[in-house]
Amino acid sequence: MAGAFPGVVAVTDFLLELRSEEIPARMQDRARADLEKLFVAELAKAGIAAAGIVTYATPRRLALIARGLPQATEAVREEMKGPRTSAPEAALEGFLRKTGLARDALTERDGIWFAVTEKPGRATGDVLAAAIPAIVRAFPWPKSMRWGDASRSTESMRWVRPLQGIVAIFGEKLVPCEIAGIESGYATLGHRFHAPGPITLGGAHDYVEKLRACHVIVDQDERRALIRERATALAADAGLTLVEDEGLVAENAGLTEWPVPLLGRFDPGFLSVPPEVIQLTARVNQKYFVLETSPRNGEGDRPAQPDGGGVARARQLTNAFICVANIDAKDGGAKIVAGNQKVLAARLSDARFFYDTDLKLPLDEQAKKLEKIVFHEKLGTVADKVERVAKLARWLVEEGIVPAAPLPGREGPGVGDGAQDRASKVQPTPNPSLPGRGDLADMAERAARLAKADLVTGMVGEFPELQGLMGGYYARAQGEPTEVWEAVRDHYKPVGQDDEVPTAPVTVAVSLADKLDTIVQFYIENMPPTGSKDPFALRRAALAVIAIVVRKSLRFRLERALLAACEDDLAKFEKIFFGETEQNLARFFADRLKVQQREAGVRHDLIDAVFALGGEDDLVRLLARVHALQAFVTTPEGANLLAGYKRAANILKKEGVGETPPRHPGLVPGSTAPQAASAGERAEPPATLDAAAAASEPFGTESPRTPAEQRIHAIDRDGAGIPQTGEEDPLVEVDTDRGFAPVVAAFAASEHAPGSPGGASAQNSLSYTPEKAETDLVAALDAAEPAAAQAVADEDFEAAMAALAGLRAPIDAFFESVTVNDADPAKRQARLALLARVRAAVHSVADFSRIEG
Amino acid sequence: MILTLHDYWSARGCLILQPYDLEMGAGTFHTATTLRALGPQPWNAAFVQPCRRPTDGRYGENPNRLQHYYQYQVILKPSPADLQEQYLGSLAAIGIDMLAHDIRFVEDDWESPTLGAWGLGWEVWCDGMEVTQFTYFQQMGGFDCKPVAGELTYGLERLAMYIQNVDSVYDLAFNDEGVTYGEVFLENERQMSAWNFEVADTDRLFDQFRKHAAECENSLAADLPIPAYEQAVKASHVFNLLQARGVISVAERQAYMGRVRDLAKGACAKQIERMTPEWQARFPEWSL
Repeated sequence: MAGAFPGVVAVTDFLLELRSEEIPARMQDRARADLEKLFVAELAKAGIAAAGIVTYATPRRLALIARGLPQATEAVREEMKGPRTSAPEAALEGFLRKTGLARDALTERDGIWFAVTEKPGRATGDVLAAAIPAIVRAFPWPKSMRWGDASRSTESMRWVRPLQGIVAIFGEKLVPCEIAGIESGYATLGHRFHAPGPITLGGAHDYVEKLRACHVIVDQDERRALIRERATALAADAGLTLVEDEGLVAENAGLTEWPVPLLGRFDPGFLSVPPEVIQLTARVNQKYFVLETSPRNGEGDRPAQPDGGGVARARQLTNAFICVANIDAKDGGAKIVAGNQKVLAARLSDARFFYDTDLKLPLDEQAKKLEKIVFHEKLGTVADKVERVAKLARWLVEEGIVPAAPLPGREGPGVGDGAQDRASKVQPTPNPSLPGRGDLADMAERAARLAKADLVTGMVGEFPELQGLMGGYYARAQGEPTEVWEAVRDHYKPVGQDDEVPTAPVTVAVSLADKLDTIVQFYIENMPPTGSKDPFALRRAALAVIAIVVRKSLRFRLERALLAACEDDLAKFEKIFFGETEQNLARFFADRLKVQQREAGVRHDLIDAVFALGGEDDLVRLLARVHALQAFVTTPEGANLLAGYKRAANILKKEGVGETPPRHPGLVPGSTAPQAASAGERAEPPATLDAAAAASEPFGTESPRTPAEQRIHAIDRDGAGIPQTGEEDPLVEVDTDRGFAPVVAAFAASEHAPGSPGGASAQNSLSYTPEKAETDLVAALDAAEPAAAQAVADEDFEAAMAALAGLRAPIDAFFESVTVNDADPAKRQARLALLARVRAAVHSVADFSRIEG
Repeated sequence: MILTLHDYWSARGCLILQPYDLEMGAGTFHTATTLRALGPQPWNAAFVQPCRRPTDGRYGENPNRLQHYYQYQVILKPSPADLQEQYLGSLAAIGIDMLAHDIRFVEDDWESPTLGAWGLGWEVWCDGMEVTQFTYFQQMGGFDCKPVAGELTYGLERLAMYIQNVDSVYDLAFNDEGVTYGEVFLENERQMSAWNFEVADTDRLFDQFRKHAAECENSLAADLPIPAYEQAVKASHVFNLLQARGVISVAERQAYMGRVRDLAKGACAKQIERMTPEWQARFPEWSL
């Protein structure tokens, strides 16, 4: 016993195998992780940890080997400190009651009573015997079942499939336990067909090898490697190339204890069916690998480029496949191959039936059936959706939002975005005879009208994942122009963060229109995503919109496009965009932008900092500003300016000098406009403010005071159009809390003094002689404000940051030598005004208060 | 082959029953499966059931798809601990050598939305071909199965193709005198496919659906769950025909399936209600 020889801890390995009927392949990895987690947790309760744990899964067993477990848990000695020996009797009695001990069981040390309890160590075998049933009962299978006689009770044990046996050996000793009538033992079973009899195991040390001798490779990684290597070799032997597919490797390893890849063939006549269909049939229905003709010299390393050659792709699927059997067949697998060939032929024959049948009916005819297909019960039919998308796609082209030529994808909007131009590189150089805008609009509308027609074809009915792709084939077959059939094929893209982003103008128009329509329509019917629920994949749609806009640098007002998606129904637009729902569209898009940019390493707080300015719905410009900001705040100038700014902002906050609160929440998720804290107004020259506003039009200007007409007018204006925000009396917003009233009054006086058009001249009417640091800061602001404003107007955000950087030294010097909180109220007010001007100048670029750190 | 299976399962305690005389989409619809899966009483039975799946018709042009075919059903309740071994024994009995053919249990959780039933299990593959659906029923008609029944559904044509080593179902030898499956059923497939897909009068079908549903409710009101269940099965088949005619939209489809499910569940609930006294007399510890 470990306790008998303190310091010398004998360690032993433990083997657990839970044998059951076939565990679904897709659940095995997760089950291994869960087994380890539960095992570690159970042992930790007893204070035991293993030196190492390995887990294995096959279709019929889940196993765990824990190495280096102690023979017993350590004896635990607990000491509880009691009262001093000199304490009154009552205190001691209380302590005895609490510990349940008699007085002579206490120990005295240094004049203090201690209660000492010794817990002897438990044999690890006992701990394990209790742990195993607990693990089995708590096991979080994604789906579990009852079975057999015990299932007369709904409380009977559940497992993924009927549990058949338990092996639990600690060292070489059985760990006796029983779960639902199954007792642990030394015996397991080998391969179902090659070695059906019982095998007696010695323990962890011989588990893997004894099973291997019985045609079971317990290590899933070994089975995977075997499948990978053997399949590659079989392909090479046939002069072909394996289409690698890790998902299939894992799935086949999860379906076999003794994997044996075999190569089969099918009738080359089936190659008339699109290769994607063949691959999908083979993969999904049969779990087969497909093969390609070996690449010509020099092309071996090039990844398959699905968009490379349109439908006539470079990829050359060939009429062979590889299946993975679970036995070493006595005839070498000839019967197995023959059987699998027959099954695949039947599947492909069915696929060809669908394909040929679909080709007989033009897509325009198919599309008519969409009138009978409900898109969503509240949103009418798919035909209704198609109608809206067709109009919107046309509008996007006619408005010039989608440019006529494929855009190269301006560098910049994606920080670290190496994938940015991936898609555009495969595009041919823009053809001088490209269709004009009118043709493009026609094509966008046409493509949109055909885009959903494949949903009612037999092939997509059979393989929903082929939607779009099949439409592309059918559109091409009926002679649609390339722009149109490519748009039909690719309009669902991008489907995920890693998916390719379309570049062809017609495709971009249809893709954007489809997604904007989906988002807007579900919002109109008040079905936004909530929490973890996003049943209509609206988040994914928004991410796709952002990806297209950003990667392709599409310059437009998102608000305007969303209004168009509302079919220019202003009331609907206002309701969903600014609505009081938990998540309005403004916030929704801001959140998605953060998610999308997180991948590219853009800090979410910087996005907040730009959003907080109160609006910007040109996503490209917005991100350019965010990226410049990110570059800036990581420089010493930026960091120091941020520190200076924060100091100024803190003083202002403490003194209750707030800003004019943004009149709308803007795109600031989770933020509330700082109404509570604001007690003042902007103290900077209005001219500066206007310049800043010029570059950042209100995105979320929600104001019941704004008439709807004004709003649509504002949205309709181009980037140059500036809805003014400073029209009303700034004092309307002033907090009239009495404590701040004098300060506010002073601001009002300085701001509205006759002949004082701005803060700069207000400084000139000071009633005292300013210190040098004050005048230096004023001078720096006088220089920085117009420079920053101009840079912002020019969308040169690096220059705007550089202009601000000039404020850093004067601000530092100001804090160094000037006392803001001067006894003289005039000085105090003037200096607060100066700090407010600093804050405002910084805010012309971004709201630095949102920046963390 | 059917006789071999009958012998095999009869020797393992199964009653050998006859097909149910209604059109149904799967052997599971046989009352020997659905209604007997309810309640506590042990039940072991085996039978052949012809199945009709109008949408699977291919005008006799696909060597592997039929709108009318046969299933061999075994139901064992409660599910025996060695059900997999018993099942593999039946494959050996019909001549499948499991060291020459690749038998696999591939996850396939079974669900019948029109019966309000689900179970966990596998499709059993023989050289990549699904030859059997193997299911542990967990719920039937929306009620927990207590105890759980094990259900085996063999695809008879597929197994026969295997054993006879033919590529087309129509080439199967029906007897030893040279009569093929095609001679018996090919013309039937052609005509029925045409009728299912093109001809069946949809107005009359809709009308039939309504009438079966109404009759189901009529029977339930009279506390007669078995006739009610039969009407639900008929309604289910009419619904399948309407589907084949392509006149049911996605949204309507849900509504129709929900309607059939409600009828089937109603019949199950009524059956439980009617049988509970008898069940509890024999199994006092049993409850829903």
